[in-house]
Amino acid sequence: MTGKIHKQGTLHLMLLPSVILLLVYSYFPMFGLIMAFQRFRATQGFFRSAWVGLDNFRTLFMNPAFSSALRNTVFIASMKIVLGMLVPLIFSLLLNEVRKNLIKRSIQTIVYLPYFISWVLMAGILIDILSPSSGMVNRFLVALNINPVFFLGNNRWFPYVLVATDVWKSFGWGTIIFLAALTGINPELYEASIIDGAGRWKQTIHITLPGILSMVILVATLSLGSILNAGFDQVFNLLTSITIPSGDIIDTLVYRMGIERAQFSMATATGLFKSVVSFVLITTSYKLAYKYAGYRIF
Amino acid sequence: MKYKEPFSRRLFIVFNYFFISLTALLCVIPMIHMVSISFSSSAAVNASRVTFWPIDFTLQPYNFVVAERQFFTSFLVTVRRVLLGVSINMIITVLAAYPISKSQTVFHKRQLYIVFLLITILFSGGLIPLYIIVNMTGLIDKIWALVLPSAVPVFNIILLQNFFKSLPTEIEESAFIDGASHWTVLFRIFLPLSKPALATLVLFVAVGHWNSWFDGLIFMNRPQNFPLQSYLQTVIVNTDTRLTSLADLEFFMRVNQRNSNAAKIVLAMIPILMVYPFLQKYFAKGIVLGSVKG
Repeated sequence: MTGKIHKQGTLHLMLLPSVILLLVYSYFPMFGLIMAFQRFRATQGFFRSAWVGLDNFRTLFMNPAFSSALRNTVFIASMKIVLGMLVPLIFSLLLNEVRKNLIKRSIQTIVYLPYFISWVLMAGILIDILSPSSGMVNRFLVALNINPVFFLGNNRWFPYVLVATDVWKSFGWGTIIFLAALTGINPELYEASIIDGAGRWKQTIHITLPGILSMVILVATLSLGSILNAGFDQVFNLLTSITIPSGDIIDTLVYRMGIERAQFSMATATGLFKSVVSFVLITTSYKLAYKYAGYRIF
Repeated sequence: MKYKEPFSRRLFIVFNYFFISLTALLCVIPMIHMVSISFSSSAAVNASRVTFWPIDFTLQPYNFVVAERQFFTSFLVTVRRVLLGVSINMIITVLAAYPISKSQTVFHKRQLYIVFLLITILFSGGLIPLYIIVNMTGLIDKIWALVLPSAVPVFNIILLQNFFKSLPTEIEESAFIDGASHWTVLFRIFLPLSKPALATLVLFVAVGHWNSWFDGLIFMNRPQNFPLQSYLQTVIVNTDTRLTSLADLEFFMRVNQRNSNAAKIVLAMIPILMVYPFLQKYFAKGIVLGSVKG
């Protein structure tokens, strides 16, 4: 041992800046959640604003805009979770069949490029290429004799456009995780199975899939926690007042209530609802991930 | 082991290559299209003649963007926030990861700090309380508003403490026997050994700061304080102008801006394009680091 066990003051000192910053910018806002139970006025502050108990929540649950946003959030997020896992899984399995390492690595690098571009720039690009009159996609559809579609201004299409573009943007990153798991599989298992006469398909079913099962379970359980996260960055940048019925999510609703209409208490109550549900989901998903995949964050 | 593969296998390989290449193409076509538009004349863009290659090649859109005062101002704000944000983030990460990486016997209160850190990723006060505290601490319209609220990157602290744990303990122990302090061990032994991990963290944090836009949008009132992405959000994405009907005059104004908007997007993408290939290794490792436990 070090024999310097008593010198813990230094260790506390090193953590001091983190503690102060987190107290101010993470813990204080948690304390600020009490405004969800007040009729908060900026002039009166946290201590002199009137208490209203659960009134804000009652108003919230009766608000059709909230139920619509909740439905959209869960619908969009679950589609993103399922496809956001299946697409990288399938793509990494296919990419793993490529034997030439240079090609494999180049493809990997190309497909995860969109992941690093901000949703602001991505929205700018999507607005341009999906434009009904002059966008590249609709010009292609017209060339195939298909009527142009107003992808970002049509409520039947909008949620699916959100899911498709999100999966498109981020599947490259998921592919990296699964490929890392695939390369971790012991090659001797494949050699043994070839001697036993197993074909490619059988190898995939009996060796590859079980080999990455724990990673699949890990990703699946951890993504459970984001069922109320439909992707604020994306939706905020693509949402218009036309598509609010199909595309408004809890986070964009909070933004409009709080920042645009200055309904501070209502916005905070909505945010608190989301935080509490998310907290339960995330802790559950961490517990499941620990139980089934041996995952521990620390 | 050389043997001739069966026909079905060869057929699969051909299809597989085709499918994978097509997918990869789909991932870059939109960006290539934007680059082409940004180098094309307005006339060609408006006539929908531009697809994957510039038509009537011109630098006009770039001249227009570079001459735009607000673009330049916002670009400088972003450079400042990246420099400031990365420095502060890294100092905090290093200082916090070191004590956390110690065992319970060396650092008795370790568990307490871990819980303190974890709570902040599990629960948050939300948008409005955060805005109020940023306002109360006097950061509105200051560059610090883009740096301080996100100054403690808990996930990076976890990654780095996992890395610290994986370092051999013998050097550290002999240093302590020689009377070295924690500061010496951290700065003279741990940091030099963690250079690759630190470099990737720096790139990662820098990309994050370059890309973030929402904080600028809500914490800055004056446009001259907008970082680049927030400014681009207001000019390119801004949903209100998109709502105008197709026959609207506004629409034609926007169409005429298509190539200069594309030029703005391309310019804002360049730094990302330059660094992102280096992040691949880190991500794969980071996941492994996070799951392999110490």
